[in-house]
Amino acid sequence: MKLKTLLLSACSAVVFAGLAQAETLTIATVNNGDMVRMQGLTEDFTKANPDIQLEWVTLEENVLRERVTTDIATKGGQYDVLTIGTYEVPIWAKQGWLLPLDNLGADYDVDDLLPAIRSGLTGDDGKLYAAPFYGESSMVMYRKDLMEKAGLTMPDAPTWEFINEAARKMTDRANDINGICLRGKAGWGENMAFLTATSNAFGARWFDENWKPQFDQPEWKNTLDMYVKLMNDAGPQGASSNGFNENLALFQQGKCGMWIDATVAASFVTNPKDSTVADKVGFALAPDTGLGKRGNWLWAWNLAIPAGTQKAASAEKFVSWATSKHYLDLVAEKEGWANVPPGTRTSLYNNPEYQKAAPFAKMTLDSINAADPKNPSVKPVPYVGVQFVAIPEFQGLGTTVGQLFSAALAGQMSVDDALAQAQTAATREMTRGGYIK
Amino acid sequence: MARAVSKRRTVFFTIVAWIVALLIFFPILYTIITSFKSETEAIQGFNLIPSGTIESYAAVQAQSNYFKFFLNSVIISVGSTLLALIISVPAAWSMAFSPTKKTKDILMWMLSTKMMPAVAVLVPIYLLFRDFGLLDNRFGLTVMLTMINLPIVVWMLYTYFREIPGEILEAARMDGASLWNEIVHVLTPMAVPGIASTLLLNIILAWNEAFWTIRLTTTNAAPLTAFIASFSSPQGLFWAKLSAASTLAIAPILIMGWFSQKQLVRGLTFGAVK
Repeated sequence: MKLKTLLLSACSAVVFAGLAQAETLTIATVNNGDMVRMQGLTEDFTKANPDIQLEWVTLEENVLRERVTTDIATKGGQYDVLTIGTYEVPIWAKQGWLLPLDNLGADYDVDDLLPAIRSGLTGDDGKLYAAPFYGESSMVMYRKDLMEKAGLTMPDAPTWEFINEAARKMTDRANDINGICLRGKAGWGENMAFLTATSNAFGARWFDENWKPQFDQPEWKNTLDMYVKLMNDAGPQGASSNGFNENLALFQQGKCGMWIDATVAASFVTNPKDSTVADKVGFALAPDTGLGKRGNWLWAWNLAIPAGTQKAASAEKFVSWATSKHYLDLVAEKEGWANVPPGTRTSLYNNPEYQKAAPFAKMTLDSINAADPKNPSVKPVPYVGVQFVAIPEFQGLGTTVGQLFSAALAGQMSVDDALAQAQTAATREMTRGGYIK
Repeated sequence: MARAVSKRRTVFFTIVAWIVALLIFFPILYTIITSFKSETEAIQGFNLIPSGTIESYAAVQAQSNYFKFFLNSVIISVGSTLLALIISVPAAWSMAFSPTKKTKDILMWMLSTKMMPAVAVLVPIYLLFRDFGLLDNRFGLTVMLTMINLPIVVWMLYTYFREIPGEILEAARMDGASLWNEIVHVLTPMAVPGIASTLLLNIILAWNEAFWTIRLTTTNAAPLTAFIASFSSPQGLFWAKLSAASTLAIAPILIMGWFSQKQLVRGLTFGAVK
């Protein structure tokens, strides 16, 4: 009896000692399918690293951005791992807010990361400041049956001229079918992500080499004119309040002939559980106008380590696990290949099982590879970013311009007025920021 | 004839009152209805008849530990309310029964702090919390919510206390009651409806406070407001899940309000008619 008690006590002591030594990582993240899935699979990580416990803070994208910015700028040290976008990484790395990821492990295979995604996460010093969890570009998703009914064939690489023609032909107001669904909700990451990327195909740019705003140039007028006219003729009602989720719902219900948006949507629209048109969807590259640039963006949600953390080594272990090839295999094993986070590793796209499970894989890869954040438009630009401008002022300015363009779409102002006001707002902001001397 | 007119008037005002009440309650009702829809149904447009699925509740429960957030909400809202009452009862007594020339100015100044946008002081408050080790701490948040709601609590109690005749307190004093006894055994029992309604209102305000509770917490002290915020998604449908999370978050306070409505109304209308 005494021996039993002694053994039990010894075991308890060992367990408690282990718990006492365990380090808890606080991870700030957004609520999307891939992130939620990762939270459910962390046992694999904690089993291999019993001395590390994980706590999650899930917030809405903009709240997370604001919350993390406050914490990181004040060195609050509340988070050990951050989920941040491609927009933040170069800015925060430059400010010294992020730790470089130097010890991701021997088997991490950093060269397997897709070059376009990796370049956006690499600082001027050549070091990686964030590891991609999932990446995306944009592409055309379309209804094959409606396209056929309209007597047209979607090319792999369509032009805006073709998209305009197809959208108008596919529109059937009597049956509540809109030829095209595009983002209209105001916001730098909403309508401006789409419109900035599209404007690249029209040869427009936010700023010239001297940071002078370019909304007074004909390229922007062509972009916005085409967008507003197309949406009026073939878009859904109330399009100025539609973002990703609203258009996703419309497409899944069979109310859109085409939808140009994030490649990550492909898995949603082809999922028969949620989509009524799952077996009728085709994919094509984002359209161009023959000027040499396509309107496809580049985005990734990444894991980074803030400079204020006291648990950098454990945090890097976690980042390495969550963005590794092993993690992709783990998701495939537990949830199937179709649910593997896309857009980060070349090896995933070479995997025949993934290609079989994800018919959109090739188009996603081609779209990501076609994006060039350092030369996004036809003319040279002083900034990095395809659907954003990687400067701190862009969040505010992008949303202001987004509101003006959304108002133009809603018919509350003319395209010319929206562009003139955008030019004034951008000039004021860039002068205030010291970009224009 | 006069009776018929009076009856018609009563019916008319009852209908108006019901319409106004339904209008005010409608956002909450629609949130509850949406929580029983599938995600596709939820985003399809206005529809008052849900399919009755509880998949969103199951998803919310699977994704988060509701009771941890609930417990934090209870501790923070009740704690801050009690702390606010301890501070504000003597403050309101002093202003109601021993006013000075500056009492009105002090009251106005206290109220004016509510006019300041919270975001203006986010960084200084965050730095203070960081330096005192109060980030993601229930005590820190309790103090913060006490400070935020103190002006309203003092104002409400001041208004109730002023309705109590000063002569009663004078009589107690003449009978030899100390200041402590005067406040605890004479004033407080007489102001119970007012104190109760202030307490309930303050709990509701603290329960629903979202700006500071989301920004000053991460995991340990996060209340139900943070729980709701975690269900908003940038990519993927989330309205039904968000509605289910909101329903779970407001249910306790709604039930509390329902059971205490008599007390709440009595306190809020205290002294309204002389």
